[in-house]
Amino acid sequence: MTDHVDTSIEEAPDAIETEYHIGQDNITPFGLDIHNPVFMISSISIVAFVILTLMFQDSASEFFVWLRDFLTQNFDWFFLSAGNIFVLFCIVLMVSPLGKIRLGGPDAKPDYTYMGWFAMLFAAGMGIGLMFFGVSEPISHFNSSLGGTALEGGARTDWAPLGAAAGDAAAARDLGMAATIYHWALHPWAIYAVVALSLAFFSFNRGLPLTLRSSFYPLLGERVWGWWGHIIDTVAVFATLFGLATSLGFGTQQALAGMNYLFGWSTGDFAKVLLIAVITAIALISVLRGLDGGVKLLSEVNIAMAALLLIFVMIIGPTGDIFSAIISGGVAYAREIIPLSMPFGREDTNFSQGWTSFYWAWWISWSPFVGMFIARVSRGRTVREFIFCVIIIPTIVCILWMGVFGGTAISQVVANASAAVKDAPLELKLFEMLRPLPLATFTSFLGIILVLVFFITSSDSGSLVIDTITAGGKTSAPVAQRVFWCTFEGVVAAVLLLVGGATALTALQAMAVSTGFPFTIVLLTMCVSLYLGLRETRKSPGA
Amino acid sequence: MYKNIMVPVDLAHESRLEKALATAADLGRHYGAEIHLIGVTGVTPGAVGHTPEEYKRTLEEFADRLSREKGVGFQAHAEVSHDPAVELDKIIERKSEEIGVDLVIMASHVPGFVDRFVRSNAGYLVEHSSISVFVVRG
Repeated sequence: MTDHVDTSIEEAPDAIETEYHIGQDNITPFGLDIHNPVFMISSISIVAFVILTLMFQDSASEFFVWLRDFLTQNFDWFFLSAGNIFVLFCIVLMVSPLGKIRLGGPDAKPDYTYMGWFAMLFAAGMGIGLMFFGVSEPISHFNSSLGGTALEGGARTDWAPLGAAAGDAAAARDLGMAATIYHWALHPWAIYAVVALSLAFFSFNRGLPLTLRSSFYPLLGERVWGWWGHIIDTVAVFATLFGLATSLGFGTQQALAGMNYLFGWSTGDFAKVLLIAVITAIALISVLRGLDGGVKLLSEVNIAMAALLLIFVMIIGPTGDIFSAIISGGVAYAREIIPLSMPFGREDTNFSQGWTSFYWAWWISWSPFVGMFIARVSRGRTVREFIFCVIIIPTIVCILWMGVFGGTAISQVVANASAAVKDAPLELKLFEMLRPLPLATFTSFLGIILVLVFFITSSDSGSLVIDTITAGGKTSAPVAQRVFWCTFEGVVAAVLLLVGGATALTALQAMAVSTGFPFTIVLLTMCVSLYLGLRETRKSPGA
Repeated sequence: MYKNIMVPVDLAHESRLEKALATAADLGRHYGAEIHLIGVTGVTPGAVGHTPEEYKRTLEEFADRLSREKGVGFQAHAEVSHDPAVELDKIIERKSEEIGVDLVIMASHVPGFVDRFVRSNAGYLVEHSSISVFVVRG
């Protein structure tokens, strides 16, 4: 057990008075420092889930896919409404007087420069999806929009967003860009911002440990230190680890497909394990070098390379079409955001349930991880600055990114209806898009490296987050613990991929996405908590 | 022989520091040396302080109390780190050079401490600097 220094001095002026001492529920076996129930329950149940899923692959897959579809199809209105609430909540906070509150107190100085901070939030927040979906999603929406609507028994059977744009290529492109940007811009970042801001506020301003349960203190009081809190933290660990491990598993297959396509490398089991081992090893080096020497450095490398690829494609690609896609895509986003985000009375149910509702569940299931990580690096920013940089800037970057990659791909399809990029499998679309452009070998190679680096930056920051949650909010736990989580994630990914293959990965990924449902309730509650907390701080003298 | 003695402290495990602190106090009195307590805190709330400022005040009070009790000068040096678990050894090395420390006394018996100091820190200091290192066991 740990013993505590009796702090007879006054506490931080705004700290919540709680009986709880950070670390009081921690145990220290073998020189570790772990939160007793959360660490044990989450690690044991993760192992149990992996084993059970592998033993009963087909039924597990059937059940979790059913659960995911049931939730995203029946609660589409709930996900879409919640997404809108998060965006509005953030914008209201940003412009209200509460926006002046500084994370860490009035005298706090930002821990990171804008560049370092932004690189870390982007690398953790979007990651690999940008690489694969940046090309494929605009094309999907473009194609389905161009195809127009199809009715069968009074219900739409097409996957087009809104009313589609039958036969009109320019309108289909704009609608496709708007729909893609909608899934990647304000809404997902508002989801992250809600979690990150509540955690940062309750931790840096109110003195509670940096873990999810803390943001429920205003509502649950001392009960957050008991089982309520254990459950919230454990589910967060669960969602994060399975989200990361299944993405790593799927991503390995995608990256190998790319390498096979480019260099003719093998895609066999040995190659899979080797690739996971390399990614995990680099992530391990990164966590051992720490937040500044590892995670931040890699995030900066990552963002610099992404910017390089973006600018490169912008110049060597169809520059005119790209600029037009960026501008008219951005305008279309602004025009269509309200119809796209309508939670009720939708006719395009395949789109709103199969795409939007799924995406929201997916982003929300990532939010404990990304939110915790963003929170940790955001001390010293004001609420206003925080929301602007976490929501508005990423939105602009997403419009640019989707415009460049999606715009190039769509212009290839418009020019040639049988362009390779149109029908290529998801993991090859990026490379098929780059192939007709000059210097394709170089850009494709850069693309593959970027995919791998995006993985590493998710894996290392994810390990730090899980380590902090399972250490009861301590960020100073022994290094051995983050090594454990980082390795564990790689092992889970490798075992799922080798023993179970796509069925097991699909099952557990569907499970991770399903946690988006309870977490939506958690996030809505966070909005209330955060508002109450900020208002209290605003009123208190000296704040 | 010694002018500046440094003792790295983890205030969350104060009772386990007693022997190292007593050793430092005795040597300090004997050589007329100043004793420097160095504590490293993260920016997030921890067991010792909710904020880095609060941590700093706690460490200063701890040093003042020791100065009174042991009759030898203890000074507090609170360092803030984004990632204390990995930056600790570098911070101790840098700080010991800044202060001009000629002896480092560390406790080794605290769980977690073992990992932090003996495997990385004491070893790191022994390898990387010319300062004498005294590891005090339980």
